[in-house]
Amino acid sequence: MADREERRFAEVSRESVRLMAEGAGVELGDDVAALLAEDVCYRLREATQSSSQFMRHAKRRKLTVEDFNRALRWSNVEAICGYGAQDALPFRSVKEGELFFVEDRDVNLVELALATNIPKGCAETMVRVNVSYLDGKGNLEPQGTVPTAVQSLSDDLLKYYQQITRAILGEDPHLMKVALLDLQSNSKIAALLPYFVYVISGVKSVSHDLEQLNRLMHMVKSLVQNPYLYLGSYVRSLVSSVMYCILEPLAASINPLNDHWTLRDYAALLLSHIFWTHGDLVSGLYHQIVLSLQKVLSDPVRPLCSHYGAVVGLHALGWKAVERVLFPHLPAYWANLQAVLDDYSVSNAQVKADGHKVYGAILVAVERLLKMKALSLSQSAEGHSGAHPGSVVGAASYRVNSPGLSPPPEPLSEAALGIASHLQVGGAGCHWEEWTPVPLPAMYCELYSFFGDSLAVRFSTGPGFGTHSPCTPSQLSNSRKEPPGPASNLDTTRKMPQLTANLNISPRQDGSPRTDPPPPTTRGAPIYLSGLSREVFPKARFTSPQTTPPAFSFLIGGRQMGQRCQGRRPFQTMFATTPPVSAVPPRTYAHKLPVIGRVGKPVRRWTCSHYSLHLPL
Amino acid sequence: MAAVQGGMSDADIETDIKTEPSTDGFGNNNANDGRVLSASPGSGSSTGSNKQTAAVTPEDQQTLLAVLQFLKKNKLIESVEILRREAGLPENSLDPKATESAGAGSGGAAGIVDLEGGDVSSLLSRVTGSSSAGAQAPTKAVAEDQPDVRVVLSAYSQQGDPTLYEVYYSDLKKFIETVLDCHRAELSQVFYPLFVHMYLELVYNNHESEAKAFFEKFSGDQECYYEEDLRVLSGLTKKEHMRGNETLLDFRTSKFVLRISRDSYQLLKRHLQERQNNQIWNIIQEHLYIDIFDGMPRSKSQIDAMSGSLAGEAKREANKTKVYYGLLKEPEIELPLDDEDEEAENEEGKPKKKKPKKDSMGSKSKKQDPNAPSQNRIPLPELKDSDKLDKIMYMKEATKRIRLGSDNLPSVCFYTFLNAYQGLTAVDFTDDSSLIAGGFADSTVRVWSVTPKKLRKVKSAADLNLIDKESDDVLERIMDEKTASESKIMYGHSGPVYGISFSPDRNYLLSSSEDGTVRLWSLLTFTCLVAYKGHNYPVWDTQFSPYGYYFVSGGHDRVARLWATDHYQPLRIFSGHLADITCTRFHPNSNYVATGSSDRTIRVWDVLSGNCVRIFTGHKGPIHSLAFSPNGKFLASGATDGRVLLWDIGHGLMMGELKGHTDTIYSLRFSRDGEILASGSMDNTVRLWDVMKAFDDLETDDFTAATGHIHLQDNSQELLLGTYTTKSTPVIHLHFTRRNLLLAAGAFNP
Repeated sequence: MADREERRFAEVSRESVRLMAEGAGVELGDDVAALLAEDVCYRLREATQSSSQFMRHAKRRKLTVEDFNRALRWSNVEAICGYGAQDALPFRSVKEGELFFVEDRDVNLVELALATNIPKGCAETMVRVNVSYLDGKGNLEPQGTVPTAVQSLSDDLLKYYQQITRAILGEDPHLMKVALLDLQSNSKIAALLPYFVYVISGVKSVSHDLEQLNRLMHMVKSLVQNPYLYLGSYVRSLVSSVMYCILEPLAASINPLNDHWTLRDYAALLLSHIFWTHGDLVSGLYHQIVLSLQKVLSDPVRPLCSHYGAVVGLHALGWKAVERVLFPHLPAYWANLQAVLDDYSVSNAQVKADGHKVYGAILVAVERLLKMKALSLSQSAEGHSGAHPGSVVGAASYRVNSPGLSPPPEPLSEAALGIASHLQVGGAGCHWEEWTPVPLPAMYCELYSFFGDSLAVRFSTGPGFGTHSPCTPSQLSNSRKEPPGPASNLDTTRKMPQLTANLNISPRQDGSPRTDPPPPTTRGAPIYLSGLSREVFPKARFTSPQTTPPAFSFLIGGRQMGQRCQGRRPFQTMFATTPPVSAVPPRTYAHKLPVIGRVGKPVRRWTCSHYSLHLPL
Repeated sequence: MAAVQGGMSDADIETDIKTEPSTDGFGNNNANDGRVLSASPGSGSSTGSNKQTAAVTPEDQQTLLAVLQFLKKNKLIESVEILRREAGLPENSLDPKATESAGAGSGGAAGIVDLEGGDVSSLLSRVTGSSSAGAQAPTKAVAEDQPDVRVVLSAYSQQGDPTLYEVYYSDLKKFIETVLDCHRAELSQVFYPLFVHMYLELVYNNHESEAKAFFEKFSGDQECYYEEDLRVLSGLTKKEHMRGNETLLDFRTSKFVLRISRDSYQLLKRHLQERQNNQIWNIIQEHLYIDIFDGMPRSKSQIDAMSGSLAGEAKREANKTKVYYGLLKEPEIELPLDDEDEEAENEEGKPKKKKPKKDSMGSKSKKQDPNAPSQNRIPLPELKDSDKLDKIMYMKEATKRIRLGSDNLPSVCFYTFLNAYQGLTAVDFTDDSSLIAGGFADSTVRVWSVTPKKLRKVKSAADLNLIDKESDDVLERIMDEKTASESKIMYGHSGPVYGISFSPDRNYLLSSSEDGTVRLWSLLTFTCLVAYKGHNYPVWDTQFSPYGYYFVSGGHDRVARLWATDHYQPLRIFSGHLADITCTRFHPNSNYVATGSSDRTIRVWDVLSGNCVRIFTGHKGPIHSLAFSPNGKFLASGATDGRVLLWDIGHGLMMGELKGHTDTIYSLRFSRDGEILASGSMDNTVRLWDVMKAFDDLETDDFTAATGHIHLQDNSQELLLGTYTTKSTPVIHLHFTRRNLLLAAGAFNP
């Protein structure tokens, strides 16, 4: 019996034989049943082998009941009737008897014969010809899978496209809302994606019209949030458009009455959203974005609004980006900013107001940087050193973020719709490679030297800061409301006490509706995001990694960040990794990852690591 | 050599069997083995002759006895008397045996009947029948307990210690593993047939558990391409199962052919003698045919290229016959420039404007191909007027033909059968690509017109009477406009239609079906004209001769038949394949027929003599497509293993191997001038191959035609010119139009 199993034959047990014999009213002895069972198996195999011949000659891959019946007939055995139906047979079980049987319903022939709704015959067999390949060239893609961009638009789609674009770019705000909502949820507009992307890429031509820019950004948001759309390489184009709104000295910003700041904030938010939900679609995107932001920031010729965009952009990309780009650059930048802020001439008033904007944005960014850094450090410090979720996440964040950065950035393959210049091709000379993390106390000291008491986050800079409870968001908001208390050790030489006073005034001066220097949109969302991803998410995933063999979940395709993209289904596959995690380099899983959901999506390099889920913001 | 060996083995069987009843144990077995071994060391021929002389009288007598028994069995008493009188046999010489074997004989008879019922071709049953009779007479004792299986398997009845089989085998294995590299590959060929025969011997002798153990232990060592056979074999665990098993019969009735160099063979023989490994030696002598050649041993890759068939490689002699592969001189009306002949032939006043063109074409075909058969080697039908017209059309089209090559690939048109519900089983195009026909699993044959010209039936007899028969357009007038339609359905078969073929003149259509018949349909009336009954089993393929009139069919009964449309019985029966004939093709000169089979061999048959003139081995799976090159020199074959093999018919050699497909190749076609081979497969692709390059590469090589050992280079990737994918449509037919446009056909398989 045992070696029989090794041969992987179908088996009819002697019990079955005896049952069947009983059914026919024959009592069988044990040995007889055994012999019969063996013979039946053999005959079945024989019949199966010869039935495969009929399948081959019918040029099919699927063995049908008919094939088997033919084999039976040619070996002078009666054919089995009643199994010719195309659809699967319903297989039922009776719980009490451990009995399995094929459901066999009675058919009322009279009813069938007298039925008036005679089903129409199946469609006529016919031959259709199509020229598949001309001169052996043709399109070498499989016939039938028309690439979405080339797919000719049906009339309906065309109409839809016209209506939507008209509604979004039109006057009626209500119509716009409806259109955006539909764009967000329509499942049949994949074919239109390139067209919408093209429309969005028109930001350049409407840089004077803040309203239109806003609408286009909303359109981006809707597209990004549509769970049915596979953005693919269009992400690059969308990011370019968004970056344009963040970084460019828009024509609309000449007029100080235009609130282009809000647009930049919104675009930065959008950028982070695209990046965290679709960043895996284009490799090296993060690197490119960060590089272009850095380039803008380090360019003193650029207007302050561009700098502002760069700062909020970095902020939106997460505290890591701030730490790596903004913080090292701060000393150099500070001098310029200070010069602007120190100039009290009337002609400089407008520029100075802009300067305060930038100042505020930087402040918000570094505050969160400090807070997050402290949080991560305290988490890694407390509890189990190696296995604590916090440290895992911390380690992972380095692993995830830095490998994405360490290989030389991919050169931009094609200019996506003409405005790809907003994605920087990484230069070799950036200081990015020689970056070393600055310890928190040093960072705090340095930042304090710039901002003084304006820094709402407090640490004692002594060696024992680790025991200091990290600021929770609630504490943060509390501490922000508190009037800045006297700091213990200030480097007063570089401190600019007057800034604190100006900070609260300047936004009101420039007529912006924002009352707070850090715009709520920028501040609120990323913190919300990061909080979720850092605290709730990892803990939920890693409740018992120590006790059980680690079962890691990989999230492939759409990533779920907080509740922001509920529509996007998270495509999850569980992998039970048999070897310990440390033994298996994350890359080895790359090729094992099944691609689910999104068709044709190449497995991204950096999403393949174990911890891609837990990218902290 | 073959004859000698055959005789020898016969003698062996008999002596073995004869000693058995008296000894009944293996104490005597050694003596017996010793005798066999002592005889064997000499060269094969000398022992053979020795034995033969010794065995002549008993053998003759046995034959006579067998014949007598057979007659008796069939109640031909008078003939029995006459034969016995003439042979001078005493009456009692038969009687006791006859009475003895009456019981056994009835069993034997039942066995034979059973075998026939159980689907053994007439050939096989004859073979087994005679062997049974021969073996039956002398063995009385064994007869009772093994009535009918023994009939087939008498050779396996020799007893050896079952536990020693493993020892023998592993001993040989160890020896072959230690042998010099150059010999190892050659000697390894012995493993598979030895393994099979030893296993069967064990099973036959009721050593079920030993057989299983033996199988477990050594089946893994066998070449992967025998996997399918091994699977069948592994199912066989009981002696009862062996009855009527086709694979088994193949092994029993045909000798497994191995090609081994003399040196390697000597090595093996010496080893077996030293070890007194008589069990294995017996099997080698009885069931293996070792084709010894002088010269360098072959390499592993050379052996692998040629092996894989059910019965080993082809014997070298099998491919020695001269094959007239050249094309027939076109019996063209075009040739005579002076109009008299032509005018005499066709009074109709056929187009004269074609003359100058014909001259240019004609000059080429004026010389007779030295390799071509004589013009009337096979009687061919005379050209009708319509045929001549068609030839002229063909010439005209040929001048517009695109010259294909590696840098100029053909365009592809795909004919997709929609709503075929997995039922499309065969497709054919007419040569002029005007009609397409499909055979379906629902027994129907459908014909479509590919051109705007619709299909029309001929008018009814009554209406035909009214037609003015003298008018010029009488051919047009006989057609009934009312019946014009794009497609016609023809009913008649009672099983899936597996093969379909248009006649060259487009007036007839052949279809072969599972119901065992080949039907001839008229494309003028769209009715069945003849049902050719002869194959009693599914007919897998059929094809018209390129000159019409003849056609060939082959099927599950393992024989191919050559028919003429006006004869209801076959003109030739080509038998020799060990398994189903899966595809049949006519040579362009109509003098030869190629058949591919599930036994993984291709055979080429001479239509004139009915002899098999070529056996090609090398495929590792059932062959499902064949194609002759237009110049008649080459043959391409495709199998379930996804490989295309190219063969030189004249030399009987493998020319190349084209790897790339991942599933069964169902269609092969050479372009009109033979530059490109197109292959269509179940894997939903059409691939184009640069066969000119494949042939050239080999011809520049040193052609070792004498030994037939081709060293193939693995250059499939260079030869692959293009891969064209369809949308989930297996490609089951390919056709080059006269202008070299590639047409492909298949059913959409959602």
